[in-house]
Parts: sequence; structure tokens; C-alpha cells
Amino acid sequence: MNAVTAAKVIPAEPVAAPEPQREVLLKVDNVSLSFGGVKAITNISFDIRKGEIRAIIGPNGAGKTSMLNVINGFYHPQEGTITWRGEVRRKMRPYEAASQGIARTFQNVALFKGMTTLDNIMSGRTLKMHRNFFWQVLHYGPARDEEIAHRRKVEDIIDFLEIQAIRKTPVGKLPYGLQKRVELGRALAMEPELLLLDEPMAGMNLEEKEDMSRFILDVNQEFGTTIALIEHDMGVVMDLSDRVVVLDYGKKIADGPPAEVQASQEVIDAYLGVSH
Amino acid sequence: MFYREAGQFKATYEADQALFPIRQDRIAMGIILAVAFVAIPLLANDFFLTSIMIPFLVFSLAAIGLNILTGFAGQLSLGSGAFMGVGAYAAYKLTSIFPDANVIVLVLVSGVFSAGIGAVFGLPSLRIKGLYLAVTTLAAQFFLEWCFIRIPWLYNYNASGAIEIPQREVFGVIVTGAEATPLTRYFVVLAITVGLAILVSNIIRGRIGRSWMMIRDMDIAAELMGVRPLQTKLLAFAVSSYICGVAGAMMVFFWLNAAEPSSYSITLSFQILFMVILGGLGSIAGSFLGAAFIWILPVFLRFLPGLFGVEVAAESIQHVTFMIVGALIIFFLIVEPHGLARLWQIGKQKLRVWPFPY
Repeated sequence: MNAVTAAKVIPAEPVAAPEPQREVLLKVDNVSLSFGGVKAITNISFDIRKGEIRAIIGPNGAGKTSMLNVINGFYHPQEGTITWRGEVRRKMRPYEAASQGIARTFQNVALFKGMTTLDNIMSGRTLKMHRNFFWQVLHYGPARDEEIAHRRKVEDIIDFLEIQAIRKTPVGKLPYGLQKRVELGRALAMEPELLLLDEPMAGMNLEEKEDMSRFILDVNQEFGTTIALIEHDMGVVMDLSDRVVVLDYGKKIADGPPAEVQASQEVIDAYLGVSH
Repeated sequence: MFYREAGQFKATYEADQALFPIRQDRIAMGIILAVAFVAIPLLANDFFLTSIMIPFLVFSLAAIGLNILTGFAGQLSLGSGAFMGVGAYAAYKLTSIFPDANVIVLVLVSGVFSAGIGAVFGLPSLRIKGLYLAVTTLAAQFFLEWCFIRIPWLYNYNASGAIEIPQREVFGVIVTGAEATPLTRYFVVLAITVGLAILVSNIIRGRIGRSWMMIRDMDIAAELMGVRPLQTKLLAFAVSSYICGVAGAMMVFFWLNAAEPSSYSITLSFQILFMVILGGLGSIAGSFLGAAFIWILPVFLRFLPGLFGVEVAAESIQHVTFMIVGALIIFFLIVEPHGLARLWQIGKQKLRVWPFPY
């Protein structure tokens, strides 16, 4: 984890301690979600503040991914409310979430396999393109100008992620690490306010993890994007995140700055297992 | 070796996003168009035009239509034959009601009816996927075929139950009916097919085409990027059916002169589907290649023995043709399951790096 610690030495976290005055971007209150008899999430509340990197951790099956699915509207919780930018609601819908600035990546890469890297990232711009069918048919004038303008933005992202060489490669042919990077690029193309990353470093080697950590920090600092991330690599989580929420069996067992969470007996028990 | 893009630098995104960004492709396209618009009309006889070129172009357009739905938007459909029929019957009714209107315009408008009906039968696609969707489109096929037989108004209460295309003139030139020359028909069909093919490729490379492919490749992620599944799928159904409808109308107006309900049966749907699969799902060029393979190859094979002066009974030729075409279909699908278009692309890639293997 050398590079990750190195990233910290470069003033990675300008504010080490979370400032309480930062406004709350997203807040979940007493959310419960069950599938038939299986309780995936039980009565969880936490918030995500503007501009922070918020980690969600926990053992397998703790309900982390379900939590993200609730936030961007795939799952509709049975109980509880979600407050997004001050607006309280029972549930989100995927389209709503997307158009109001929530983007995400998936645990097992969900790229559009038949399309090139460029098209995949362009697909993130879908909601920002408005020319209607008839202009699209002609592909001339306003429709083409729009296409070029968005291509420019996408090229910025391609430069940022250093994937110029694979611009025209169908993503199905790319190695796993690069696919993860393209997926991050696609989410960035949406210019989200809140970026949900579901295990962005799963299955990566050290070097790829270092790259990814750098990208995440850069996104957070340069674009000011709020990030919620699920990750199993504790070194990465502790170094990157401002605050950590720990789930176990669908319940929240700890919430706070990394150091505090790390020291919590309950968290240690959840991870190491304890005889009940 | 001839096909190499080294030294062709693109300085603008416009140039990079052009339909044919590589110079050799543009030249090849120019040659193909010149052959189609100049050489063939000058050299071809009536038989070549009516039995080979016109049907080939009509089927190509129908294959493009189905390719939009199945190849780009990923929705399997077995109803393309019926949607072609809707176009044909709509154009026939339109020209009966407005005998003085420009028949080419009517053919293009008839696709709109087909688009509307296609969108209605596309509604189940929101809930049903893959093979199951194919079965629901079969319902469209059978229902529409039933309409063509049972609603006499559609064929103007004609005793034979078929639609017979009346003679129509455009700017003083006879374009439909028995009197129209093959050359005129050929030009009309060619212009419509090429024009619509260009418009379709425009849609494909823009936002709408991308959202179709997003739905095809990963519908959950597409929804997260803000694609609305219902609207996107219905638009694919509508555009696909529009193209199929125009192809169906052209089929009877500029090729067959008369059509029965059985002309637009499930057999036609399968034929179009095979063209799309063999040519290459998700490729406009593939639609042309598939149509050529399924339509031109058998005709060519039938005349092959005659060229060599071999006397073979007509039935034997027919049977042997079926066997050869069937074997070739299997052969090509084993060699390249992604169709002729992919084979063509691999060939181009090999040329680009020649003489090195990669």
C-alpha cells in the first residue's frame, strides 16, 4: 500500500477531520429492505456529506451493494426515507437518480460489451444530449455540433484516465483492470454530484490499485465529486476515505472516521468472527 | 497493403466521426455507388434488373430494418414479414384513395403505418426478452396475416384476394404497374434504399443509436445512464418497422406488381432474419451482404451449369442449389458466427497490418 500512503503524503486530504459544517448531500433514514423473508438491510441510517469520500465496508453479504442499489433506485426499500439534496422521498428511481446527478459503477463490470471505449464513455453523456430524432437522422447541423461538443468532454475524460490508446477498442476485448477504468470513465462522463463505486479495486493487482486510488482522489479533489465507495481492501479504505460506515448482517455497527472505526471492538468482531 | 490508413491524420473530431473515416473506404464506396447508379443501368439486361438487383435491394432494406431491431437494439423479432405487409397494404390503400399523389411519396409514407403497428406490437418488449419476445412478435405475424386475408377493404374487395398495383406516373414517367420499365423501377428502388441506409447509419452513430446498443448490451446499466427502456425500445420497433414497411411496399410496387397475403408470411420473416444473422447483427453493410448471399447466390448457382454448357434438369438444379446454399450457410456460421460483416472486417484488419500477422 506504499503508493496509497504516498498519496496521503501529497496533501491528499486537505481536511483530515470531517468538518461538521459541510452540508449533507444524501441522507438515508431508518431504511429497511427485505426480499421475502431475507432481511438485506435493517433500519440503517447514515449520511453522505458534500465533497467527502465515504466508505461503506463490511463482510460479504452485509448489505453494502443493496445499500447502493437503494440509493440509486434499483431497490425500493420497504421502510425509511432517502433525502437527496434536501428533498425527502420514499424511494429513488433509476432514471431520476441518473438525471439528478447520481452515477455508479458495478462490482462485476457492467460495460456495454459490444461498443468501443469511446462509445461507452459517450453513453454517459446520454442525458446531456437533447437533439431530437429528426436532427439525429440528418446528423447535420445542431446534432453534429452537439455530438462534437460532447466528444470533446469525453476526450478530456479519456486523457484524465490515460486510456487514449484503447479509444476505439471494443471493451469486451480489454483486460479487466482497463474495463474497470472505462467504467469509471463512463460514470464520470455523467458529471455526477455523487459517485457510487462498488468495489472499484476488486481483482486488481497492486499497480492497478495504486492507479485507481489516484484517480479516485483526483476526481474527489479536482472535480469536487462526492464519492461513496465499497471496498474490501482495508488499506485503501483507511487511506482514502474521510468517514467509514460499517455494516454487518444488514445492520450498521459503526460509523465514523477511519481510525475510530478501526479501533471499534464490534468491527473487529464482525471481521474476525466471534463466538455468540 | 492497399488498405492502409497510415498517414491519414484526422485533425478534427468531425473527420474522425465521418461515416467513412478511412480514405480507401470512401473510394470503395464511391466505386460501388458508381457501379450501382451508372454501370449497372448501362450494362444490365431486364432479367438482371428485375430478378436480381431489385429484389436484392428490397431485401437489403428489409434486412436493415430488422437489423435495427435485432442487431442494434437486441430485440429478437419474427414479425418483419408482417410489417412489410403492412407497408405494402398501406401503400396500396393510399394510392387507391389518392390516385394522383406521387406514388414514391406514398411508398415512403406507408412506412409510417407500419411504424405505428410495429410500436404497438413492441409493447411486450418492456417485460419480455429474447426468445420469448420472438414468440410474441409471432403473434403480430399471424394476426396481421389474418387481417390481410379477412379484411376485404384492405385489398379493395378484389375477387382474387390479392393486391394488384395500378399504373402510376411520376413526372410523366411510368413507375409502377406492368408498363413500368425495369430501369425506372431499379432507379427508384436504388435511390430509396441508398437514401434510407444513409439515414439509418446517421441514427446509429448518434445518441439514439447508442442508447439502442446500450439496451442491447446491458439494460440495467443503460437505465442507470438515463436511458428509458420503454421509449427506447418502442422507438427501435417503430424505426425498424418503418424501414421494413417501406421495403414491403417497394416489394410489391416495384418488383412483384401483385401480392397475396402469403407473400408476407412467416417464410418471409425467416428469410429476412437469416439475412440479418448471416450478414452480421449490428451492421448495415452486413445487411447488404446477407441479402446478397441469400438472394443472389441461389440465382447465380442456378445459372452456373448453363454457363459451362452442362445440361441438368431444372429440378435437380433447384435441389442442388438448396443443398449448396444450406451447406454454405452452415460453413460461414462456423467460420464466423458474427456474420459476413465481421469476416469482412477481419479481412480489412489483416490488410492493414500486412505483411505482418498483427
